[in-house]
Amino acid sequence: MTRSPYLVEKTSVSIVMLKVLLALIPGVIAYVWVFGTGILITLALATVTAIVSEALVLKLRQRPVMPFLLDGSAVVTAWLLALSLPPLAPWWLIVLGTLFAIVVAKQLYGGLGYNPFNPAMVGYAVLLISFPVLMTQWPAPGVLAGAHLGFMDQLAYIFGRHLPAGVTLDAISSATPLDYLKTQLTLQHQVADITQSSIFGFMGAKGGEFVTAAYLLGGLYMWQQRIITWHIPVAFLGTLALMAGIFHLFDATQYASPQFHLFSRAAMLCAFFIATDPVSGPTTPNGKLIFAAGIAIITLMIRQYGGYPDGVAFAVLLMNLCVPLIDMYTQPRVFGHDK
Amino acid sequence: MSAITQLSRLFKFNGGVHPPENKLQSCALPIRRLPLPAKLVLPLRQHVGNLPKLRVAVGERVLKGQLLAEAEGTISAAVHAPTSGIIASIGEALIPHPSGLPDMCITLEPDGADEWLPHAPLDWRHADKQQLTESLRSSGIVGLGGAAFPSHIKLRADGTSGIDTLVINGAECEPYITCDDMLMRERAEEVVRGIEIAYYLLGAKQCLIGIEDNKPEAAAAMRAACDKSEYPLQVIVVPTIYPSGDARRLIHVLTGREIPSFKRSTDMGIQCFNVGTVQAIYRYFQFGEPTLSRIVTVTGNVAQAGNFDVLLGTPVTALLDAAGGALPDTNDYLMGGPMMGFSLPSAEVPVTKATNCIIAGAPKLFPEPEPAMPCIRCARCADACPVNLQPQELYWFAKSSNLEKARDYKLFDCIECGCCSYVCPSHIPLVQYYRFAKSEIISQDRAKQAADVARERNEFRLMRIEREKQERAQKHAQKAAGAKTEGSAAADGKTLEDAKKAAIEAAVARAQVQKAAVEPKNVSDLPPAVQSEIAEIDARRSDAALEVEKMQLKKTIDTNSVADGKGNEAVSQASPEPTAEK
Amino acid sequence: MLTALLVMVALALFLGLMLGYSALKFKVEGDPLVDRIDAILPQTQCGQCGFPGCKPYATAIAKGEADINQCPPGGDAGVHALADLLGVEYKPLNAEHGLPKPKSVAVIDENTCIGCTLCIQACPVDAILGAAKHMHTIIASECTGCELCLAPCPVDCISMQPIAETPDNWKWRYPVFAIKPEAPQIQKPQTA
Repeated sequence: MTRSPYLVEKTSVSIVMLKVLLALIPGVIAYVWVFGTGILITLALATVTAIVSEALVLKLRQRPVMPFLLDGSAVVTAWLLALSLPPLAPWWLIVLGTLFAIVVAKQLYGGLGYNPFNPAMVGYAVLLISFPVLMTQWPAPGVLAGAHLGFMDQLAYIFGRHLPAGVTLDAISSATPLDYLKTQLTLQHQVADITQSSIFGFMGAKGGEFVTAAYLLGGLYMWQQRIITWHIPVAFLGTLALMAGIFHLFDATQYASPQFHLFSRAAMLCAFFIATDPVSGPTTPNGKLIFAAGIAIITLMIRQYGGYPDGVAFAVLLMNLCVPLIDMYTQPRVFGHDK
Repeated sequence: MSAITQLSRLFKFNGGVHPPENKLQSCALPIRRLPLPAKLVLPLRQHVGNLPKLRVAVGERVLKGQLLAEAEGTISAAVHAPTSGIIASIGEALIPHPSGLPDMCITLEPDGADEWLPHAPLDWRHADKQQLTESLRSSGIVGLGGAAFPSHIKLRADGTSGIDTLVINGAECEPYITCDDMLMRERAEEVVRGIEIAYYLLGAKQCLIGIEDNKPEAAAAMRAACDKSEYPLQVIVVPTIYPSGDARRLIHVLTGREIPSFKRSTDMGIQCFNVGTVQAIYRYFQFGEPTLSRIVTVTGNVAQAGNFDVLLGTPVTALLDAAGGALPDTNDYLMGGPMMGFSLPSAEVPVTKATNCIIAGAPKLFPEPEPAMPCIRCARCADACPVNLQPQELYWFAKSSNLEKARDYKLFDCIECGCCSYVCPSHIPLVQYYRFAKSEIISQDRAKQAADVARERNEFRLMRIEREKQERAQKHAQKAAGAKTEGSAAADGKTLEDAKKAAIEAAVARAQVQKAAVEPKNVSDLPPAVQSEIAEIDARRSDAALEVEKMQLKKTIDTNSVADGKGNEAVSQASPEPTAEK
Repeated sequence: MLTALLVMVALALFLGLMLGYSALKFKVEGDPLVDRIDAILPQTQCGQCGFPGCKPYATAIAKGEADINQCPPGGDAGVHALADLLGVEYKPLNAEHGLPKPKSVAVIDENTCIGCTLCIQACPVDAILGAAKHMHTIIASECTGCELCLAPCPVDCISMQPIAETPDNWKWRYPVFAIKPEAPQIQKPQTA
């Protein structure tokens, strides 16, 4: 049986997904350094939930289980969701989000390669809408917190909401800069004054900005490994910076600086890991640019005018909707054709 | 020097891949000749185009270089005897084709004398160009790079053709293959002489010889040979990237011009030849030798890989033996390179004009493909596609047999180079889907055409019957007016009908007797080509008979004023044929 | 109350006029339905559908007098195409009208042929050459394989021959797209 090409590159879906996980490692390390080891529990819990639920659904759907479990895509989804959730989120929130991402957003649509929406973002959006308080309750980064929680303390808090004696919830939590900015702006304060608060760092959130920087590092590794192309990160970060810059120039008292937007919350994670999800994103080079620019604009709009502090998840999902249309209208010129 | 200045003006095409080259194995030894095999099997179809017409019969002794089959129609190529010997048989035999189906072949048993048909060189510098290209029709030369397009068509241009650029393809981008490399290393002079002939015939103004930078020896040899030429031939070293050896890609790399999708490079003033082809052109004009042999790389899982000058029709097994034999774990034989080649149905198939490489395959060289996973739309394939297609979209359409959509997304621009499958992390056999979709579309188009012809012919027939009816009615009316009795005419018709029936019955009886006496020769067991030939001859014969019949009938009608409805019908039945046949 | 009614009536009139105008102005000059149905039919002209040819069948379908599943040479694909065109449910081929067969051509055994011209008259596409008392031949490339010439032949000298697969008309097969089941269950031979 002729099956040319007989040669194939040594690559596979598993290898691609493993490299994505590898690229997330610096971010995880920075996360641990800033927020403590609780994130490892969250990651482990999400991973186990993802694998178990994926295996179960595959079994129910009568598809081969092992090849699809080994492809690693469920783990990537789990990690992305876990890294988006607030650290110290209760265990059932993590499990619920992961279940929704894997079972509903991914498997019910046909599994690997068939989901129109980014599963991690679907899980995140569902949690954000259903449990807004829990989802916006962020612990203070280690550098700011009045009390330090050890690994066992964090474990106890995630599973039982138990705090060690003498520690109050207020002592370990703080508003995130994006939240703070939004509430303070409504109180007629000016950006320059607001950012004087101790929760702001050089670029974004104090502590959090290191995590975003680590994501940037991992993203560059993925680009170097040709897992992602430059289009989406550059278009996303470029548009975000440009738009934020224009607003900032227009009225610096009301709009935060571009570097603040770039280094806050999910921007970097989105630029390199979330928006670049190939399954739910466009495939043409120009399509990627439009897609990423659209996410950036929607994200910024939600951050500035929306009801939620960060808008990455909704922006990604909204742009996922447009992918077939974008792909259709951005077909590149074929060699030897005029258009 | 010119080549160095050229380098800065090279152009890039989208994508491309760098598969492991594996070319060194077969470059170690010089080109060797093969001992004369016990039999040569020469497929009639070794080229793109019409099947050539047989010119020999079984049992005939032929000389080396004698014409065995003549080019038929515009796009066709002749087949010659690679050595002297006896025509042992003419019939279906396995040919190297991905279908694994047999086709018409001439089997020649060499007599060992290797006796040449008298042949003489052509003084190409002083002969009429038109005559030269005419004579090329009988040279049997086709593109030796693998496409096997008859070369006489590409050289038909006579200086007024507007061909300004001659591109010589020495890129040889596929892994494993080294036949062009070795040819340029060892026979650069001949190649360059051949280029000169093509240059002269086409009236070109510049000639660019593209060689990938992984063949420095070949480039050096070609450069040395070109320096001695009176024509401005430029050897240009191009970066090694698969598939730069594809003609359209190479033309783009060298000139920056894109050949529009539905045009040929000829229309754009560019003509492209493989180095092997121009060498064959040289041999033809310098010595009068038609294409009898070619250089074939034998590599892969063999003891001693190398290049061989092989007579066409030599079985692949003889070639493998010459390369020290295939190693024990060999499980497949490929023709062509590992990116675009195909598995041979058997190692017994002959070498043809398109055979540039034979690779003995083994699991360790070409592992079984891993099970395909769903497409994750990573677009690695689109990044690798040298034609800038969207392979992932084409895959969806081909997979769901959404053929119209596949065509819209330019499926037919796909060159099946295999870059997309090569990089696919999901191990999807993309190219196989495209091949399936392409051949499905082609067969549907053919069926559509056939249906259109059938519709036309049916409509014509209905119209004719209607016309005849009217004519008959008119005649009857006239006759009725003349004879004034309607009844007798009807009775006449009745008796005539009866007479006809009786005649048919008599004929049936005769035929049955005849059938019982002589069992007819079994026409149905003959191969289709022979059958179609018989059908053709018979068609011609009956056409002629028809003419005679028509004349006779006309005469009878003219002499006998009584209108015979049936006889008349036979005439009008026959008359539309030549027009409808077209 | 009255104003509202008047506004609604005026609106209705206006929109109706717009609709009527655009229906005239932007009228799509489509193929007549019969031709579009006829374009899908395989033009075998075999009459297996119960009509004297493809065009009459197409006309009958267009008028709603015939079902879409009466054409065996068109096969399942043909029924699907008709269902798509007419916007009706697909239904499997009606076996009463015959089953799809591999495409064949009629071949005349020329030793037996008596030259009666009956087959010539039966052929719907004039693909048979010949004259009275002379042997007939079928032009294979024009033959639609309708089999209408078989019945009239008094000496049964016409046979249908399936079109053989050659390297010329050979098609690439649909690739086998298999996700391997988990570890194939291979019965290990007992080593004892």
